[in-house]
Order: sequence, then structure tokens, then C-alpha cells
Amino acid sequence: MRKLNGSIKTSKISKSFSGKTVLKSIDLDIKNGEIFGLLGPSGAGKTTLIRILTGQLSPDSGNAFIGGTDIRKITGRERRCFGITMDDFGVYERLNCYDNLKIFAGIYGLSKANIKNALKKVGLSNAEKTAAGKLSKGMTGRLKLARAFMTDPDILFLDEPTSGLDPAAAAEIHKMILEEKRHGKTVFLTTHIMTEAEKLCDNIALLNDGKIVEYGKPKEICRKFNDKKTLKIHLTDGRDIEIPLDKNSAETVAELISTGKAETMHTTEPDLETVFMEITGKELFA
Amino acid sequence: MRNICVIFRKQVIDTLKNKTILIQFLMFPVLVIIMENAVKIENMPEHFFVKLFAVMFIGMAPLTCMSAIISEEKEKKTLRVLLMSNVKSAEYLIGVGSYVFIMCAAGTVIFAIVGSYSGVELAQFIMVMSVGIVLSELTGAVIGILSKNQMTAAGVAVPVMMIFSFLPMLSMFNETIKNVARITYSQQISDIINNIGVSGITAENIIVITVNFAAAVALFTAAYIKQFSAINRV
Repeated sequence: MRKLNGSIKTSKISKSFSGKTVLKSIDLDIKNGEIFGLLGPSGAGKTTLIRILTGQLSPDSGNAFIGGTDIRKITGRERRCFGITMDDFGVYERLNCYDNLKIFAGIYGLSKANIKNALKKVGLSNAEKTAAGKLSKGMTGRLKLARAFMTDPDILFLDEPTSGLDPAAAAEIHKMILEEKRHGKTVFLTTHIMTEAEKLCDNIALLNDGKIVEYGKPKEICRKFNDKKTLKIHLTDGRDIEIPLDKNSAETVAELISTGKAETMHTTEPDLETVFMEITGKELFA
Repeated sequence: MRNICVIFRKQVIDTLKNKTILIQFLMFPVLVIIMENAVKIENMPEHFFVKLFAVMFIGMAPLTCMSAIISEEKEKKTLRVLLMSNVKSAEYLIGVGSYVFIMCAAGTVIFAIVGSYSGVELAQFIMVMSVGIVLSELTGAVIGILSKNQMTAAGVAVPVMMIFSFLPMLSMFNETIKNVARITYSQQISDIINNIGVSGITAENIIVITVNFAAAVALFTAAYIKQFSAINRV
């Protein structure tokens, strides 16, 4: 079977459903071994783009290439190079974790060792005999990841991998994603959690109403909006105030210091949430 | 072929833990053993319960099992995962269909043993039961394919199942019902089973079953094309 290089390139991808445009002329260039994050609020078109890239949907126009191969020409066998977890992908609830993976091991012609390794990788070795329906949401998420990791794919498509998980479970999954990157895998993830994107991603794209409104490294994107820097001051009377970090604030700051009203102060840089709001006027969680 | 075997094995493991499906396969074969041994009424036709329950079995088990299995996979979004894993929709349906067929065939063997069929009569019984199973499977598959979830599937499957499995029994008591039931394959199969060893298969039997089969295949094809091309529309 031909292996696919993990690079992803899209050119002017568009998609509409029943006359409503969901994706408008999407251009992406993701390098092999990169963690790429697609950020946007619900309904922005993130899942649709993953579905197009993984062959579940055809674009209305535009092209996409994975490892230089047109996605329309990627065979079913070559898709084995993809590890996919979609938010709505289910598990066989009556079957235990091992049997859940055994089905897919059978389809891909993998051995028992592959199943055991995948379960070990996601920390579910002790739960292999537990019915999937009895797993917590975090463990179910890990089982889905195990299914995606099992074929040792070159590219991972993760749709909202930590959605609805508690911080500890999300941190576990972040660790696994970073581990995959260390092994040279390309990771394409969608999320609406900006801290997740900042922590994990080499590059991100902010998607709003089907259009990419910003694209680049998270820090560089934030830096573009440095004029939104503020000064947070904690006053001696217990109040917190936030003022723009510009020359107009100099007098206020000087006065607070000279009168001894300021206890602490620090600058705050714009985060992705602020950037997204600045560009779209919407909140990421909307 | 490998994918069909994987789906078949999955169904075997899953059914052992799925009482709703398991009971469909076991209920009538167990009932026939009990009733044939427990109820002895004077002038009752020979193997009355075998003939009665065999038709109810093929009208019920394959139809409800196919629709329940497919609709559950759709509802829980596990079918999507299978299709994304390079399992073709035809492979999936053949895998599930062959599993349901074998389970129902096992039930048919129990009916044949309890009914003491042998030789040509046994071959005729198994053949006509097999035709009935396939027809009910196709009908159940259509319902499962077109339903969004298990509740919708059950809402359609139960009345359809009742028509095919209970009409032949009710037609024993009412001539009008019998006239209506004649257009269903289950009534024709009931007639054939009742006439095994008495008279042969009639032209009416063959024509009605063939028309039912053609209709089921047409419906199945339409549902298959509609659903599996609809994957591209989300």
C-alpha cells in the first residue's frame, strides 16, 4: 500500500448545503509533522472541512491534496493512513474496549498486539474488558483515539477531541496528541477552545461563517493585535481596573503610583479569544 | 470478503449481549418445542404449531432484526465509522444479512426437527422458509436503511411485521382476511407449508412470491441508492 506524506494543501475549497454556503474558498497549507488547529464557533464549518479532507464529503469547488495526492484519487486502502475521530463517531456500547478495536483490527488486517498497543497508548489497558457503554466520556474519547491510532496513521484528523471533557481528561489527550507529533505525525484538529490551540498547534486558522479570517502561528496572530494590549492594575482598595496600554494612560498610571493606590500592575497581551472577537465581533464559544 | 466476515463476527458477539435481538431468534423455536409437547388437542392438525409458528417466525425475526441492527448502527453513528474504515455499504449489508439468515436458518432447523420433516418434504420446507427469510430480511433492511433511529424503525417495523406474521394466522378464521392476505408472501408460504406432503406448490404461490420478491428488491435498491448516495449530503 502506498504511504501518504502528511502534508495537506487546499485550494479554494467551497461547500454549500441547501443553498447555504458553509465553506467559502478555503486555502490551507499544512506541512508534514505539523499540528494544525482549525478554530471557530459551532457551525463555522470546521467539521465540514474535516469531512471533505477525509473523503466523507465532496467539495462543490476547489481542490485538496494530501501528500500531494488529490483527495478524490485517494483510495479506500490509502485512507488507512488517516486516523479519524469525529465528535459524532460512535462506539459499540455493548462490546468491551478490546472487542470494539478488534472489529477495526479485522478490517485493517491488524494483529492482537496492535489492539493491545493502541489500548496501552491511550491508557485503557486496564479497561479492555469493560463495555464501552460503561466508560466515562473521557474514556470513550480515549477509546475513539485508540481506534484512530491503531493503524499507526500518518495523519490524524481530530474533530473536537476534548469537547465536553474535564481539564484532567483534556490534558491527557493533549499529551497523546503531542506524543503523536513527536513521532512525526501530522495532526489536523478542530476546536473552539483557544487555550488548547495555543498549547498544541504550530499553526492555526480562525474560521468564521465558512471563511478563514486569520491564518498563522498563534503567537504571531496575537502579536498582530498588540494594539489591544492592556494594563491590569490591582488597587489597594481591592478593585481591579484595566486600561489601554498607550501614552494616553501614562498620566493615570503615574497618578495611581504616586498616590500609592496601585498595589500591582501587569500588561496583558491579546489572546486568540480577543483576536477572534476583534475580527468577527463574535465570541468563540457562541 | 474479509470485511463481510468481520461484520458477521461483530454481529455474533454483539447479539450475545443484545437480549432484544436474541429473543427474536429464540422465541418461536422455543415456543414450538413447548407447545408441540405440551398441547395435545383432539382433531388438531398434525404439527399445527410448527406450521403456525414457522410462518410467524419468518414474518417477524428477520424483519425486526434487520431493521433494528441497521437503524441502531445509524443512530449510534457506528455505521459511519465502518464506512470510513473502507467497509463498503454492500459488504456491511451482506455481513448483517448473512448473520440474520444463518440465525433464522438455525431456527428453521428446529422447526424441521419438531415437525418431523424428512426427505423431499424437508427440502421443500427449508427452501420455502429460506425464501421467506430473505424476503423478510429485504423488507427489514429497507426499513432500517430509511429510518434515522431505532425508534422510527420500530414504529414502522412493528406494524409491517404484524401484517406479515399475523395475517396468515388470522386468515384461518376469516375468509375476507384470507383474500387480502393472499397477496402477501407470508400467506403463500403458509399455504405451501400447510400443503407439504398433501399437494404441490401452485402457480399462485410462485407468482405472488415472485411479485413480492421483485417489489422487495426494487424497494431495497431504491432505499440503498437514496441512503448511500445521501452520505454526501450529510
